[in-house]
Amino acid sequence: MRDLFLLCFEYLKTGLFAIGGGLATLPFLVQMSNNYPHWFTLEQLADMIAISESTPGAIGINMSTYVGYNTYGILGGILASISLTIPSIVIIIIIAKLMNKFNDNPYIQNSLKGLRPAVTGLIASAGFTVLKLCVYDNINNTIKILPSALIVIFFILTQAKPTKKIHPILFIIAGAICGIVFKL
Amino acid sequence: MSNKKHGKLRLLLDLYFTFFKIGSMTFGGGYAMLPLLNAEVVEKKKWANEEQILDYYAIGQCTPGIIAVNTSTFVGYNHAGILGGIIATLGFISPSIIIILLIASVLDQVSHISEVKHAFAGVRIAVTALIFSTVFKLIKNNVNTILKVIIAIISFLAIVMFDISPIVISVAAAIVGILFLKEDNKNA
Repeated sequence: MRDLFLLCFEYLKTGLFAIGGGLATLPFLVQMSNNYPHWFTLEQLADMIAISESTPGAIGINMSTYVGYNTYGILGGILASISLTIPSIVIIIIIAKLMNKFNDNPYIQNSLKGLRPAVTGLIASAGFTVLKLCVYDNINNTIKILPSALIVIFFILTQAKPTKKIHPILFIIAGAICGIVFKL
Repeated sequence: MSNKKHGKLRLLLDLYFTFFKIGSMTFGGGYAMLPLLNAEVVEKKKWANEEQILDYYAIGQCTPGIIAVNTSTFVGYNHAGILGGIIATLGFISPSIIIILLIASVLDQVSHISEVKHAFAGVRIAVTALIFSTVFKLIKNNVNTILKVIIAIISFLAIVMFDISPIVISVAAAIVGILFLKEDNKNA
């Protein structure tokens, strides 16, 4: 019961402070895993991202359902997702009422200019955490070559500009196939 | 009077199921939702025009919370008040909750199979590349002055090396923005 309460609290906090798309919740989840190691490990978190990216729905909501389920079963999954949305609902309804004032306020505009690069740095730090999990061999203290090479190839493919953007699901599927073929 | 109540209920149900549909067809982040919003909310239901949707997006992107949820709340509120905002958001998150709970309950039973483990190790690699492609896009769009580069690097190091809370970093960055990023407005 204490875990359920803490989970809702952590997700209310995440909903209040994570700004932007679903991956913006990632730094908060890394922190959650560090603070409550019995909820989920960083490896599980990486799996959650993969599943959340390749199933319908916003990544942030998929991840909150997943984290909640892992921590406290079905009820945990539902309440974590609802907790994540409560701050949004309250804030957006207030903003919708004040919309014109909000649009022109220079303080808000300037604070957003500082926030966007910070959010970029925060997401990069989450990427770095997952990167370490993939390429760092903590038994031999070395960098694993094959996973590193695959990450570089996948990244280049994400930047390639064919006629149509490659869907993230195709990367996930290709990753799974590589994993089985190369026994990663 | 009862007729009016009936109409409101039908509107709320319509909001719920429209956003349920959008939620079940959006793969990935909030940006993936935009074409679906245009198809369902703008063209089919005519609840908002294309410009309004972009405004909701811009605001949803820079206010707390997930963009897709913020946008759902916006459309729902502007169309059917506070209850509308809540119902549209619940509609949007319902498919996620149902699908993920189904997958999560199955995954526990298959996660010990070695092929599944290998597959997930490979998937992690793809996810790493996808995260960095998002970062790369954000850098191109938002990190375009020296001060902004410094903010991004400090934010990165603060969390990787010193484990400082993202909340502290966000508040500090907002203050830096108010104090030092004023002159940008003239160029914009």
